[in-house]
Amino acid sequence: MTLSSALLQRRESSAAVTFPPRRLYEAGLSWAAAAAWLANAFIILRWPDLGDWGRGPECAYFGGALVVLLSLSGALRLFGVEKLVRLRRATPWLLALGLFFSIWEATTAKLGWLPQPFFPPPHAIVEVFTDDWRKLLESVVASVKLELLGFVLGASAGFVIGVALGRSKLFGYWVHPVLRLIGPLPAIAWLPIVFFAFPSSWSASIFLIGLTSGFPVAVLTWSGVAGVNTAYYDIARTLGASRWFLIFKVAIPAALPQVFVGLFMGLGASFAVLVTAEMMGVKAGLGFYLQWAQGWAAYANMYAALIVMSAMCTSLVTLLFKLRDRVLAYQKAELQW
Amino acid sequence: MVNAAAARVANVSRELDIRGVSHSYEYRGAELPVLEDIDLRIRQGEFVALLGPSGCGKSTLLRLVAGLEPPSAGELVFEGAPISGPHPSRVIVLQDPTLFPWRKVAANVALGPEARGVLKRERARIDETLQLVGLANFADAYPHQLSGGMAQRVALARALVNDPELLILDEPLGRLDSLTRLTMQGEIVNLWRRAGFTVLLVTHDIEEALLMATRIVVLSERPASIKADIRIDKPYPRHRGDAELVARRQEILELLGFAAAW
Repeated sequence: MTLSSALLQRRESSAAVTFPPRRLYEAGLSWAAAAAWLANAFIILRWPDLGDWGRGPECAYFGGALVVLLSLSGALRLFGVEKLVRLRRATPWLLALGLFFSIWEATTAKLGWLPQPFFPPPHAIVEVFTDDWRKLLESVVASVKLELLGFVLGASAGFVIGVALGRSKLFGYWVHPVLRLIGPLPAIAWLPIVFFAFPSSWSASIFLIGLTSGFPVAVLTWSGVAGVNTAYYDIARTLGASRWFLIFKVAIPAALPQVFVGLFMGLGASFAVLVTAEMMGVKAGLGFYLQWAQGWAAYANMYAALIVMSAMCTSLVTLLFKLRDRVLAYQKAELQW
Repeated sequence: MVNAAAARVANVSRELDIRGVSHSYEYRGAELPVLEDIDLRIRQGEFVALLGPSGCGKSTLLRLVAGLEPPSAGELVFEGAPISGPHPSRVIVLQDPTLFPWRKVAANVALGPEARGVLKRERARIDETLQLVGLANFADAYPHQLSGGMAQRVALARALVNDPELLILDEPLGRLDSLTRLTMQGEIVNLWRRAGFTVLLVTHDIEEALLMATRIVVLSERPASIKADIRIDKPYPRHRGDAELVARRQEILELLGFAAAW
């Protein structure tokens, strides 16, 4: 037996005892994340708060649950058991969050390094969710109602205008210059006059949200309709299509991918108007809640409202994407001959 | 009186009559003549191929026959009535299948009946026609899932489902691979022989014209005028090696100015 083959054999036999490096690394990551959350729990429970904030223990217990799960996941990984796979995929994030919350707790509630009351500790924000959820819920319902009403009205108007611009020269002659003039103007600029001209700040806000979302929808619908392959029209006309058929069964379906780009842009732009309108005049909604929280220097409430607002906006965008994927399903059919 | 009316009805010949048609487009402020004084009479049931150099105005002539534009001068008469616009009795199939990507194959074929508001009555016809072009199994597919030849078959079905008197084909096989092309040449001839409609085919493939048409009209360079009108009385299926067809081919090549090259 040569020296090299002896070495090879040794390496093989030792591999049976030790764990593969990849598994070791992932198990270590899980335990590091568990350690971070354990530290977070200890910081919350054993280190006295400088101020008066609630829900600390609850946060610590939640962290404790994560510690148990992460430790278990690490052990399972080490022995190659394919369980808790989703938790494993989230482990790097959980490690980062554990460290982040620990530092956040320490620098706010415990050391007071960050100026108060502007930077409340995480468990103060949790307290807002557990103790003021009713008001947050009312606010988000009011916001969604206002947003959807304004968006649906504005987007519908924009869509009709866009189709008409794409199909009628006369309509274009009169409407195009107006669109050029008014469209790019930020809707907020109308605030001073709109709150006076409308019967309520609520209806004024619907108008502003509609204006903001309607413009991109109009422009993109128009460009979509104008860009329809003219051969589609030729084919449809020789098959006996009427003017209405050309609009509803040719122009609009062909333009829909563009329309959805416009809807997405309009929705994004309308969020800014929604919050501004709620801060300036409407006495309900998340924007109003933000304003109110700031007035009372209740910054934990403000952060909680920001979190809810972000969830609301993301959900609405996701909803729009779901709708698009459904309507434009034909673009995604796989299997080709 | 009565006799005269009856005579007129009998006289309504089932034919396409192109009378002194000229056409021009505006291009950079100048008139660009495309067709010049075209006189062509096509009887019901003929299979006419239009051959000519590329860009000579063949497709323009088809657009006029389809009624998609009015001619600058002259008149087109179909079955006794002047052509004033598109009509489902004269359907067109383009080089690009131009299927509507958001409609499944069956819905694309249903386009004509749907546009004319007779979809309910013609439901069965759609399946029949898909069967006719060999795509009954693909009714639920989307156009982008189809190969080029299949897509063109769907386009053909979309035209045929309307029972056209005149099938206008604008280089329908131009973009297909050569084997699919051969197959579809045979298929189109079979469909034509079975249904008895008139075909007006634009192609730049002399062999295709010789294999398919009963009559070949050779056009000149733009502005197009008729250079020759050649009758091909050969039974189907034809063979490309056939001595008469080879001779005709030589004749047409010479007409198109390629005598030396071959």
